[in-house]
Amino acid sequence: MLLRRQLSLAIRRPIEIGNPLVFFAIVVAMFPLGIGPASEQLAMIAPGAIWIIALLSSLLTSDSVFRSDFDDGSLEQLLLAPQPLYLSVLAYLCAHWIVTGLLLALVSPVFALMLNLPAAAVGTLVVSLALGTAVLSLVGGIGAALTVGLKRGGMLISLLILPLYIPVLIFGTAAVQAAVSGSPAGPFLALLGAMLSLAIALGPLATAAGLRISIDA
Amino acid sequence: MTDSAVGELLAEVTDLGLVRGGRVLFESLSFAIRAGELWQLGGGNGAGKTSLLRILAGLSRYGFDGWVSRAEVPLYVGHQAAVKGLLSARENLSWHVSGGCVFPDEQIEQALQRVGLCGFEDTPSHALSAGQQRRVNLARLFLSDTRLWLLDEPFTAIDADGVSELQDRIAAHVAHGGAVVVTSHQPLHVDHAVHHLSLDGARIP
Repeated sequence: MLLRRQLSLAIRRPIEIGNPLVFFAIVVAMFPLGIGPASEQLAMIAPGAIWIIALLSSLLTSDSVFRSDFDDGSLEQLLLAPQPLYLSVLAYLCAHWIVTGLLLALVSPVFALMLNLPAAAVGTLVVSLALGTAVLSLVGGIGAALTVGLKRGGMLISLLILPLYIPVLIFGTAAVQAAVSGSPAGPFLALLGAMLSLAIALGPLATAAGLRISIDA
Repeated sequence: MTDSAVGELLAEVTDLGLVRGGRVLFESLSFAIRAGELWQLGGGNGAGKTSLLRILAGLSRYGFDGWVSRAEVPLYVGHQAAVKGLLSARENLSWHVSGGCVFPDEQIEQALQRVGLCGFEDTPSHALSAGQQRRVNLARLFLSDTRLWLLDEPFTAIDADGVSELQDRIAAHVAHGGAVVVTSHQPLHVDHAVHHLSLDGARIP
């Protein structure tokens, strides 16, 4: 039910959904201009570039997950709700992932084409992005919860959660690079999956605790 | 739901003290809220009414002395309307974040009718006035089956008819074995015993 609420809120504000995608498209379009249109060069940096952009756009949007609810008092009500806060938080972050990460993963083949990524690696790219951005959303939720009480939490959030993003970035790009070079990408995807399991188990707990602290202050 | 003279204990406060910004707002405050009781918290601006209510609700969990125990999760209506501008009044209630249970559509329509929002059920809430938005939030009082209500200035931005309707609702709830704690600067016009708790006296300048 909360998931449905968050999703309809997102759909009624299409700009918020569109923003990360437009950001993604603009940055991807910059790369050939900055580096030169040589296709081999672009193909070489494509896995890393796409992953870094995905990470940044997730970082940009994670600040807003609890912001509006904090401002209008819904967050207080959420904390008082009889259902476990763990599940509510999971619903919020799941909605955030669907409108940013999953959407990004689904349109990433287009961007991969723009950067001349070999077609063999596109499938791995989509899967690794879908898994990885879910971890990013869950980890980003912790930072968002801790900084929601602050007026300008944007910079702090980056400092807090960027270190936790790094492993996802390393294994995400490694998976795509493995697929480009023809070696099996499975182990890297499995590692991303393991991180996702860990993040699902522990992330919402930390987020819930962070929200309680933010509301209390 | 007991009719005996002493109702069931819903919340208890023992030896509560709060210091904010070097000022003692209240100290060694002890009282028990029982079913069938109506409490009005009084005191000037900054006397600590909202702070006390937030402690009672369990939103503030640190930074005060003493103990608070609750029999169940209370229904808390704060200063902010907690109404999402992008959702209609109906959606705001049926998808309310604190709603563990889903209310049937007729019940929501009835509740909105009671707060005078008939015809506005499907208007996006950002098109409603401030008072109407507060009414959307207060419609929860007509849906809830929670026994303990904590209402922080529920009459703000509500017109005279709405206030009397609301006071009737509060009285009915108390008469049916609930308990209500209200902070308000207006006197309550209900034919029910009101426990007054003034925070002004507890303050030490």
